[in-house]
Amino acid sequence: MEILSLLSTGLLEALQPVNLLLIIIGVTLGLFIGMMPGLGSVNGVAILLPITFLVPPASAIIFLAAIYYGAMYGGAISSITLGIPGASTAVATTFDGRPLALQGKASLALVTAAVASFTGGTVSIVLFTIFAPPLASVALSFGSPEIFALMLLAFATFVGLGGDDIPKTVLSICLGLVFAAVGFDEISGAPRLVFFDMTGFMRGINFLVLAIGVYGIGEMLWTIDSTRGKITQTEAKISAKGVLRDARTSLKLGAKGMSIGSLLGFFVGILPAAGATPGSLMAYGVAKLSSRDPESYGKGNPDGVAAPESANNSASTGSMLPMLTLGIPGSPTTAILLGGMVIWGLTPGPRLFSDQPAFVWGLIGSFYVSNFFALVINLCFIPLFIWMLRMPFTILAPMIFVLSVVGGYAATLSMHDVWLMLIFGLGAFFLRKFDYPLAPAVLAIVLGPIAEPTLRQSLLLSSGDPSIFFTRPIAGPITVIAIILILLPLFKKLRDRFATAPAKGT
Amino acid sequence: MRRGEFVTAGLLAVLSIYMMWKSTELDIGYISGEGPGGGAWPFWLSAIILICTIIIAINGVRRTSPPSQSDEPVLDAEGRKALVQVFGGIFVFVALIDIISMYGAMMVFLFYYLWFLGRHSLRLSLIISILTPITFFFFFEGLMRITMPKGLSFTDPLYNWLYSIIY
Repeated sequence: MEILSLLSTGLLEALQPVNLLLIIIGVTLGLFIGMMPGLGSVNGVAILLPITFLVPPASAIIFLAAIYYGAMYGGAISSITLGIPGASTAVATTFDGRPLALQGKASLALVTAAVASFTGGTVSIVLFTIFAPPLASVALSFGSPEIFALMLLAFATFVGLGGDDIPKTVLSICLGLVFAAVGFDEISGAPRLVFFDMTGFMRGINFLVLAIGVYGIGEMLWTIDSTRGKITQTEAKISAKGVLRDARTSLKLGAKGMSIGSLLGFFVGILPAAGATPGSLMAYGVAKLSSRDPESYGKGNPDGVAAPESANNSASTGSMLPMLTLGIPGSPTTAILLGGMVIWGLTPGPRLFSDQPAFVWGLIGSFYVSNFFALVINLCFIPLFIWMLRMPFTILAPMIFVLSVVGGYAATLSMHDVWLMLIFGLGAFFLRKFDYPLAPAVLAIVLGPIAEPTLRQSLLLSSGDPSIFFTRPIAGPITVIAIILILLPLFKKLRDRFATAPAKGT
Repeated sequence: MRRGEFVTAGLLAVLSIYMMWKSTELDIGYISGEGPGGGAWPFWLSAIILICTIIIAINGVRRTSPPSQSDEPVLDAEGRKALVQVFGGIFVFVALIDIISMYGAMMVFLFYYLWFLGRHSLRLSLIISILTPITFFFFFEGLMRITMPKGLSFTDPLYNWLYSIIY
């Protein structure tokens, strides 16, 4: 009952005129950002975070969460109409969304995506409301060793489940952590890693400088290079007629995909590093495997649109759960939100629920409101979004570069950081070309300032004995799981080798 | 791509060695009563980076990673040209900020990109490249009270006039 009263206070907070306006703007912007090829929720949140310093923290995070939601809806629009996923989270939506559009059923596909997104969002918010408070109260008893073990787990999931080249993933994580250590040593107060003795590094490397460099500049250069700047015009058309009919059809044909996607997406979203992209791919896979007619997938089955779309929305809510309760982000986007919360003077983690209930419940309330508005705005403005999709990339790209430079400067008020951002952007472009995953680096630069002090305090507690991470009742199992995850790829390799060896022998 | 894989790993190895060397300015061992020294964390992480670059190079020699199997150039002629034009444009944009102010540099960059790279009409290019900085000015300076760089002193009269509108 207590949850219900807190939730209703939160809903009232989210329905305040300012917050409501921010939600509507945020969702609309998010839909647009998610729809543009090359831009996803993480780019939008990274580039727009600096301009939220104008409003109070509670409104700022509501705005950014609305962008996140909108982007999850928007990704589907270009997947269906162009066959180009608007964001990596919508890759699975192209499998069946594109064939549906080619059969002249673009309207059905778009409406299914919107309804599925709404279902996924709603189911996950209810799960979130139920699970968050107990998890936060358990997490309140955590000490330094437990928190460090959780950090280790966050990085381990990237290595074990990320699916990228292992040494490159580990390198990316360590690079982010070392960048986070630049500036001053918090414990002794001595300057540390002041590269080339430039005073600009004394202030450390702001995570936004890396995030905007990677997602605003590096990613855009990569998109321009890989598409040769030719992602423009589309002749996609949709009539406002029949939306209701399509909604009914989609509920009938996509119900199974929606239920699979909503539940699976939420739990995959909770896992750090997993997030919405693998969540949507897994939901598609499970929906296809459990279908009586798997052959119809990939040829325009509405279930194939419903499953990934409900999963990516569900996962985006799920990834907020560890961010708010434990202080570890479940996705690159939530990593940036977490960094924003630190700038706003809030300490993410279990204490947030007891110290800042108005903030937390206002945010949870805003999930419900955002989700509703995302559905309404999406359905009303589909024709408008398709018109905007025709905006040439050569207008969009310079706007994003300008926003990146201005946003980078506004965040730190230092030209040193703007130059650094350019270097990161160019570096990210080349690293991306050679398959280095960059999300782990962004996650690491946000978590570094939490991971290092907790490690040092733990080792101080134990007089330098690392067994402290194994002997404590909560830290122990977490550390063991983390180590298993890190070793997982190695086991897989060994198994493959054993599997192929006899085959070669015959 | 194959050669690029080794060059990238090599550059990252040099960076990690530099960061290890830089970390040794502080204590990298365990100080009894104080815990690990201030340099320990970045030193050992940089060491892990170095090990990773070695493994990446070995995988490259064994041709197990996709980039090391590819004989395509990292950037073909068209890609190089696009990178120089786009990134070069951003570079000049940032370099101009301290000379002709953030808003002036923005205007030049937008016009360059829209008109020269985007081949949009002169009218559209001018409209966007003039309206954007003006919108940004009132948003940042007026609404959010964030001051952007104003460049050299010759821009003062213009900005004094613009500020007289806000204040």
